[in-house]
Amino acid sequence: MSRMRTRFVVVHLTVITLLVVLGVRLWQVQVVRGAEFVEVATETRTRDVRVPAVRGQILDSVGRPLVRNRTALVVSVDRNRLERLPDRGSAVLARLAAVLGADPVKLKERIRPCGPKVSRPCWPGSPYQPIPVDNHVSTRQALQILERQEDFPGVTAEIQAVREYPYGSEAAQVLGYLQPVTEEELERREGLKASFSGVDLIGRDGLESVYDQELRGKTGLRRVQVDRMGKAIGVEQQEVPVAGDTLITSIDAKVQSIVEQALAGAMKKAPQADGAAGVVLDVQTGRVIAMASVPTYDPSVWIGGIAEAEYQRLLSDKAGKPLVSRAIKGTFAPGSTFKVTSVSAMVADGYPLKGTYDCPGAYMVGGRPFHNFRGIGLGPMNLHTALVKSCDTIFYRAAYEMWLRDGGRKPVPKPKDPMANMSRAYGFGKATGIDLPGESPGRIPDRNWKRNLWAATRAQNCVRGKTGYPEEKDAARAAFLKKLAYENCVEGFVWRAGDAANFSIGQGDVLVTPLQLANAYAALVGDGKVRSPRLGWALVRPDGTLVKEIKAPVIGKLPIDEETRAYIKDALSEVTSDGTAAGAFNGWPMNVVKIGGKTGTAEVYGKHDTSWFASFAPTNKPRFVVVVMVSQGGMGGSTAAPAVREIYEGIYGFGKFLTPALQEPAERLPRIKPDGTVQR
Amino acid sequence: MIPSGAAASTVRRRSLASRAVGEGSAVRRMDGVLLVAVVALSVVGTLLVWSSTRTWSSAEGAGLVKKHVLNLGIGGALLSAVAVADYRWLRAYAPAVYGVALLLLVAVASPLGSTVNGSHSWIMLGGGFAMQPSELAKPALILLLGMLLAEPAEGTDRPRPRDVTFAMAAAGLAMGLVMLQPDLGTTMVLSVITGAVLIFSGVRKRWIVVVLGLAAAGGGLVWSLGLLQPYQVARFTAFINPASDPRGVGYNSTQALIAIGSGEFFGKGLFHGGQTTGRFVPEQHTDFIFTVVGEEFGFLGAVTVVALLGVVLLRGLRIARQCEDRFGALVAGGLVCWFAFQTFINVGMTIGIMPITGLPLPFVSYGGTATFANMIGIGLLQAIHIRERPYG
Repeated sequence: MSRMRTRFVVVHLTVITLLVVLGVRLWQVQVVRGAEFVEVATETRTRDVRVPAVRGQILDSVGRPLVRNRTALVVSVDRNRLERLPDRGSAVLARLAAVLGADPVKLKERIRPCGPKVSRPCWPGSPYQPIPVDNHVSTRQALQILERQEDFPGVTAEIQAVREYPYGSEAAQVLGYLQPVTEEELERREGLKASFSGVDLIGRDGLESVYDQELRGKTGLRRVQVDRMGKAIGVEQQEVPVAGDTLITSIDAKVQSIVEQALAGAMKKAPQADGAAGVVLDVQTGRVIAMASVPTYDPSVWIGGIAEAEYQRLLSDKAGKPLVSRAIKGTFAPGSTFKVTSVSAMVADGYPLKGTYDCPGAYMVGGRPFHNFRGIGLGPMNLHTALVKSCDTIFYRAAYEMWLRDGGRKPVPKPKDPMANMSRAYGFGKATGIDLPGESPGRIPDRNWKRNLWAATRAQNCVRGKTGYPEEKDAARAAFLKKLAYENCVEGFVWRAGDAANFSIGQGDVLVTPLQLANAYAALVGDGKVRSPRLGWALVRPDGTLVKEIKAPVIGKLPIDEETRAYIKDALSEVTSDGTAAGAFNGWPMNVVKIGGKTGTAEVYGKHDTSWFASFAPTNKPRFVVVVMVSQGGMGGSTAAPAVREIYEGIYGFGKFLTPALQEPAERLPRIKPDGTVQR
Repeated sequence: MIPSGAAASTVRRRSLASRAVGEGSAVRRMDGVLLVAVVALSVVGTLLVWSSTRTWSSAEGAGLVKKHVLNLGIGGALLSAVAVADYRWLRAYAPAVYGVALLLLVAVASPLGSTVNGSHSWIMLGGGFAMQPSELAKPALILLLGMLLAEPAEGTDRPRPRDVTFAMAAAGLAMGLVMLQPDLGTTMVLSVITGAVLIFSGVRKRWIVVVLGLAAAGGGLVWSLGLLQPYQVARFTAFINPASDPRGVGYNSTQALIAIGSGEFFGKGLFHGGQTTGRFVPEQHTDFIFTVVGEEFGFLGAVTVVALLGVVLLRGLRIARQCEDRFGALVAGGLVCWFAFQTFINVGMTIGIMPITGLPLPFVSYGGTATFANMIGIGLLQAIHIRERPYG
């Protein structure tokens, strides 16, 4: 038995050793490396689910929703999960297509990620997000999917907030649209990554883009516990999403509708017209009351992914590029509407305000005759009449004289350039800074600009000056183009007398946007201060508490005295009764509301004239500035002015409009009650 | 003298209960420490089985913990019955017991057997109950080996070579049947038991060397002839390098380490283990139940469970040492080595110091037949303790 005892002792020691080994190893795993494993465990056990915040609404100045949310049952597909299926999800997609009544091929195309070689239809967002494939599913369809999850792995149906546009295509370019946030945007914009959920959208244009951060709110976070199959089994931690702020704009939905209709009507009446824009500003505050651009489109086409054909159509020339807001991105020669700056420049340069000027049929500028409209001479007149009747030759002469004083072809070291500088003071030649993306600065041509242009185009012009235009069939035109190219090659950098003369009547190379023109007129007929216009008026929380009021900041002051401003304003006040817009405003109740304005008919090489009317009302204490531009619309007095008249009829309730839409711009913000409804 | 009626009746009519627990009864003479440790392990095991299966759906077998408690009840009854019985009486029946165990193993190999988790180790009894004969083979083999090797050769304290040979052949039969299932883990347990009892029986050192050599040669043969299933090879490869296949075999050991490690010193608390609730470790109510201890009770709990198992092993060894009967000592020693091996392999594999082998943790893991076998083992230890002096 003693041998057995010895061997038991050996086993005894072995057992103790092994137990100690286990204990030491446990200490090592649980105590020494415990924290490390806790971290790994958290990683494997939890999934962070971002809960999108409800995006804020966009309201008009009395609280009518321009963009609101509707809840929709959205079916989404998780591409990563499908890819892991044996058949890469083909069967699931086929079943899904059957339930949704969609084409399985199209469904497949829609969820493939966009890439350099993959164009729409494709998924432009992050490849790791569930991809919404249908946001118009019925409850029955959703239930079919949810109740048979085993048949639809990776497919979910959830209630989501989807943008809704109660006014359809109205103000579409102003409001903008939403698109899935792309990987690049997430990478590029600091902090964006953390605040975005899988299915989040980002404002791509218009107010949705500028006020994206405020509208978006704060994404919530739900740290979900999952089992090893990835099935959610509980919520570990939750950060509640914060709904986005509501953006109250200064737009008045009724006036906006009136402008849209007036523009559409003007387009119809002018058969060559290929686009139009209208802007209504609040003179006293610089706020935008309406801004429209036609052709337009229904922004709801973006919801849930745009179809390829639709997308191409929106970009096409044939459809008139409805995505582009002509009010802020369209640049056109302003024609005679620009003369207000020329008169200002003349007076500032020492021409007597109340002097008499001759208005001959033609004026020789640098050895070449520059004609009045239709070559008709109007005799001696004051500047008042020059504006009312839209004489050109007075301005040609003034521009020519100024050009000569600046040294003509050989400019003095510091030319005064009174007209270019005055137009800049009115805000032309640079973006107004409105709260919209992609605004065009327009163009104020001067000596510098010409020199730069010449430097950029000289090489080609010099070649063309020698070789000519053999591809041009019309021999006369080819010869003209060749001569032009040669001239531009040799002396294209020279600011010529003709350039100066054309500039003075808003022709030649000067380009403005409809918004710039409206803003300039607002400064002229208002308090003489140039403002950066604003669409946004206030940001409020969904419960109505004010976050921030947005004001249109003053960015400049017109360098002319009150007398000059009043004089120009008075002159413009007679255009609708005695001037170029008298026809359009025939029968207007001037005794009730008097309207002032200026027509513009800008010649465009190779195209029909651009029709302009820049106006304000009432003339004694202007509250509104209304500008309408019809591209290829013909005469200002015959196309744009009638459209402006229609807008005023709507605003004040004349003609076919029975009730006034907006006697005066809104002065107080609409009150949003804590429950989110608007107190009217 | 005739005793007074009352006194006589008191002496003669002691109730069964009072005889069982009364002064000098079998129960009174049981090893209390061993019993308390086993009961404590069973209680902990029940909590862990509850925790690891509480989120199961009915299809997966909800309410498994109730079955576990029932198993423990049956196990307790078996323990008591075996403990109270005179183990020397069992010695006579050892060959019969072993024969039954072998028959059951053969039945598993026959169409009566069923496959669960890739192992053809089960006999379905109907009503949701199943039996795993290889578990019962463990105590049966210990009894048989004890019987065969207890009788020393004339004038020595070593067993006769004939008995040794016979013992190895009998053990080899069971091992072969288990290996066919295939159940590498149990085969290893059976070989450890055989080796242990042989060594305790006093065989010469050269025999030990021969046995070890045979085992090594057999292992080498099995490996080189490719008799191991690919997954068994993979388990060893994954043990040597867990990163080699993190989603496959390495998954288990990685997830087990994560679960245990994340328990840290105090654990996350019963029912609060995220890894357990998420069922990241497969088989967490059976072979990997130690991960639940590690996660939910932390280092404190894990060490306590290891210590309780240590108490069982050391008390068992004490019983073996104190037993004056060679049969009892051999059986006790064999039982201890069985439990020790399974404890070390099971806990070791969850903390990455042993390869993954399908062995349950004694007294803690869920499993009917295993629980019965373990309890029978403890019953035997108690029986040996109660009658440690053969003629006392």
